Amino acid sequence: MSSSLLKLDQVEAYIQKFHILQGVSFEVEKGGVTVLLGRNGAGKTTTLRTIMGLNQVGKGTITFNGENIGDLQTHQIANKGIGYVPEDQGVFGDLTVGENMRVAMKKEDEETTRRMEWVLELFPDLKKFWKKPGGALSGGQKQMLAIARAYVNENELLLIDEPSKGLAPIIVDKVTESIEQMKENTTILLVEQNFMMASKIGNQFFIIDDGKTVHKGQMEELKQDKVLMKKYLGIA
Amino acid sequence: MNIRRMEKSTWIFIIISLLLFIVPFIVTGRSMQFTIIQIFIFAIFAMSYDILLGFTGIISFGHVMFFGIGAYSTAVIMDRMDATVMSFFVAILIAVFIAVIVSFIVGVLTLRLKSHFYAMLTLALAGLFLVAAEKWRSLTGGNDGFTFRLPEILRDSHNLYMLCLVSLLLFFFGLRRFTKSPFGRVLMAIRENEARTESLGYKVLHYKVIASVVAGVVASIAGVLYALSLRFVNTGVFATDLTIDVLLMTIIGGVGTLVGPILGAGLVEFAHHWLSGLSDVHWIFDRWIILYGTVYILVVIFFPLGIVGTIQSKLTNRPVKGLQDNRKAVGK
Repeated sequence: MSSSLLKLDQVEAYIQKFHILQGVSFEVEKGGVTVLLGRNGAGKTTTLRTIMGLNQVGKGTITFNGENIGDLQTHQIANKGIGYVPEDQGVFGDLTVGENMRVAMKKEDEETTRRMEWVLELFPDLKKFWKKPGGALSGGQKQMLAIARAYVNENELLLIDEPSKGLAPIIVDKVTESIEQMKENTTILLVEQNFMMASKIGNQFFIIDDGKTVHKGQMEELKQDKVLMKKYLGIA
Repeated sequence: MNIRRMEKSTWIFIIISLLLFIVPFIVTGRSMQFTIIQIFIFAIFAMSYDILLGFTGIISFGHVMFFGIGAYSTAVIMDRMDATVMSFFVAILIAVFIAVIVSFIVGVLTLRLKSHFYAMLTLALAGLFLVAAEKWRSLTGGNDGFTFRLPEILRDSHNLYMLCLVSLLLFFFGLRRFTKSPFGRVLMAIRENEARTESLGYKVLHYKVIASVVAGVVASIAGVLYALSLRFVNTGVFATDLTIDVLLMTIIGGVGTLVGPILGAGLVEFAHHWLSGLSDVHWIFDRWIILYGTVYILVVIFFPLGIVGTIQSKLTNRPVKGLQDNRKAVGK
């Protein structure tokens, strides 16, 4: 039996008539940060959405803790212990920060309260703007709220899609720091275009190109492999 | 409930509620009392629509079917049974029972659809109810309708006023609590982003069906009161015009505010009352719907959040907790 937390095996998925994922395979081990890398349009976001059941699996299997989740509905997948921070942050603009947090809490027990306190210490801005509508937050604050909302539950796996997108460098540093702290307790699957950020917090990586996984390895190796970085990530 | 911790707005609503209890002692004209009773009834109906549109983001063009179910349940029971208070309670129970069954079935079968398909399907279903009511003349009296007797206590307009007012207040405070509860928060999350709410672990369909059942039951009670106020029913209670009326009451007042639909109902019913009365002055007032349409266009242009929504937004300097924009609510 595999020790991996999440395993994708030759997963294919369509968005309308477009064949986006054409054979994505990778395994996420428990603990640490696994990074999905690739150029724009390679299929990274679609991979996360497919894991969450927001896109249907055409072919292949997705297993989480040894259980096939490919046929489950999104809410069932979420309740298995997978938190999702989408690319657009998915903050509920009309709800206050507090309401955004509460609506995300699956339980109101001691552990959830402890996690809430921890995450509010990590992102003090959320405490400051507790009664402010989510829609009125800055881009960075929205990102913090989105991450906090996913972390407040005892999820085994967090899927985080491009947390640095559109953020100022100083905010990216803050988000990076928060993910580094979270990885101590939770396994993270990160999609990130910002290679500096990804290389700083990632342990292992998979490269997706044209809807297929084309390379995998340890992040330390990738940092040394200029040819691979140029070929698939366009980094000179 | 901790009185000290009650919100300022709750105090304002309580004071207004108390004032409304005095109104029938000041306004003694039957015509005006009847207009106010109609406002209370349509305010309940509009609040039920606000649960769908304002809090869950569901656009239904067939909400009138529940109103009609309530009206016909009352009329048929009061007509076939003795006109007693007990019959009235039986009518309410039957109205609620049918509304729960119908709204549950309609919800489960149609709420999976995308919003515009759902809106069209509810329109078709309401049309089916209208046709069925017109064809089943032995029960409904068709378009000619029928009158029925009321228990002695409800024949008095003062008592009817109090019954409608108490119902309005119960539904207002009840629905206010409902929308502020954790369940209400999930409904608002669904309104904003269904996929995101689903990925937080909520089965969106369940929540939408429950919202649809709650809205259906409240609308059916409005229908019960409507039939009581007229002591008459015909197939007009299934007409789509009524759904459009409450849609406009909700939008003019402010979606997602609960108090907005009450204000909207007041404005529309008063406008109807006064403008129709001016028909001798100019023919345009006889066609008051033209003016009504003009007011609606002006409100949507100048008060896109509705009247209450705009006031709340100005007072708190933040977007109101409802749909950001009425135009968004109607998909424009």
